Amino acid sequence: MSAATATPPPARAKKLGRLERPALMGVLVREVINFSSFWKSSAFSSTVEPTIYLIAFGFGFGSLVSTVAGYDYVEFVGTGTVATAVLFSSVFSAMFGSFVKYQFQRTYDAILAAPVDTEELVTAEALWIAARAGVFGCAPLLVAMVFGLDPSWGMLLVPFIGALTGYGWACFGIFIAARLNSIDHFSYVTSTVVTPMFLTAGTFFPLDGLPEWVQVLGQFNPLHHCVELVRHAAFGFEGWVDLGHVGALIVFAIGTWRLSIHYMTKKLVD
Amino acid sequence: MALALSLRGAVKRYGEITAVDHLDLEVPEGTCVGLLGPNGAGKSTTMRLLTAQAIADEGEIEVLGHTLPGDSKAARAEMGVVPQLDNLDTTLTVEQNLRVFTHLYRIPRGERQDAIERALEMARLGDRRDTRADKLSGGMRRRLLIARALVHGPRLVLLDEPTVGLDPQVRQELWALIDALRAEGVSILMSTHYIEEAQRLADSVVIMAEGSAVATGPPSQLVLEHVGREAIEIYGPPARLAEAEAEARSAGYSTRRTGTSVSVLGIERANGDMPEGERRPTNLEDLFVLLTGEEAE
Repeated sequence: MSAATATPPPARAKKLGRLERPALMGVLVREVINFSSFWKSSAFSSTVEPTIYLIAFGFGFGSLVSTVAGYDYVEFVGTGTVATAVLFSSVFSAMFGSFVKYQFQRTYDAILAAPVDTEELVTAEALWIAARAGVFGCAPLLVAMVFGLDPSWGMLLVPFIGALTGYGWACFGIFIAARLNSIDHFSYVTSTVVTPMFLTAGTFFPLDGLPEWVQVLGQFNPLHHCVELVRHAAFGFEGWVDLGHVGALIVFAIGTWRLSIHYMTKKLVD
Repeated sequence: MALALSLRGAVKRYGEITAVDHLDLEVPEGTCVGLLGPNGAGKSTTMRLLTAQAIADEGEIEVLGHTLPGDSKAARAEMGVVPQLDNLDTTLTVEQNLRVFTHLYRIPRGERQDAIERALEMARLGDRRDTRADKLSGGMRRRLLIARALVHGPRLVLLDEPTVGLDPQVRQELWALIDALRAEGVSILMSTHYIEEAQRLADSVVIMAEGSAVATGPPSQLVLEHVGREAIEIYGPPARLAEAEAEARSAGYSTRRTGTSVSVLGIERANGDMPEGERRPTNLEDLFVLLTGEEAE
């Protein structure tokens, strides 16, 4: 065998690049086909829970508090729980879904044996979760409309705000899945990161009534920026302020995107 | 002869453990090479090196003319991988599993259905196309894994323990499938610890132990070279076996334990003073045990 020579690559072959559309589409098609087998349960869990929050807080506190920050309380909570729906449908899908796919189902091994690299795999997975989050995030808004929230043209941007926020949280979830070695440890992240962020995003009460240090911390909470953007989409944009919110969400999305790729690569490639 | 893949001096370490230790391995185009070794010999790590799911610490790796790991994506586009562990999408049907991989392997839209039909026919799963993967038998799932790896018509197929844990009947079915692939000119690297599998399917074998290749060549040639043409198998109580083993070794013969007996290898060189026993032709298993050790890890 020593006299053998290496096979030249065929003429049509070329070095494949990064973040190629066919690779991203391949992973997305896999997600879409799989989603067709579990969309009902996924849609149920992602939309019903925030809707319960909306109804419970809206009518619970709503009976005690008529207006908050100049809005009817149902309108305040109805727009705020969009962010909750986005969070729940992105971060948990990403954390548990990614962990199960690489640890138990070995799906990522199968995909990486095809011409797909980890950067493309993570990006496509996060894009799909973000798209779902953008759609599921609209559910509380629709429910709030039933209870009196007036529709507005700006609300058409809510799915996009949800998708941008969802992309960051999906990447955060994939990053957590890559960093932790046991699915049981996810509860630490849920208790110490996800729940505090969800409660201090300005969803159920405005941040400006809280101590100043909480208000400052709130500026670092991506969910707060989502809440603000959704409210402004519903009740009127505030120019540069909203561009600042968009910028914060983009920074969050890019930061978690690179982190998730870095750590998932370390997890999947020895 | 042109090479479908080559590893030269490949080393892969995990901390203190060297899983692949200066491994040289070549698969000439259109041949089937068997990668034989006991558990922990480094076979699966070698397979992962070839898909760039593990990155070598030292050495050079080329697959279908592409240098790894830098150009691994282009190499993966032209090869198929059958993993040791089932990683099918269990809630999808047979056809959906194949469809997903027609996209991942970038088959043009107009050719996808034909590719699926070919793969279904080759794996004889046409009548199961609408069955969910989790409702298939073990053998059918394994055939689907092979079909999935072949859906894009690869030039090279990596089979990582393709028949592990399967019934003998199913194993023979898969052997026929692999043999048909080889007949079509597809290059194959197949890791296995089933001796019979390597003997039946491989044009040449590489025997690995502790991460290194300890013997390389066509099975029959290697057997002749290392353990001779004939063996004598001696039965008896443990004390008798130990005595026969010691005698044979002192006379310069290699021996191996075969559970209830001791085999003395290369006895065609003997001049009539061998102990009583059953004469038999030597085989790849004799060679395998001789080179990789008698103790299971």
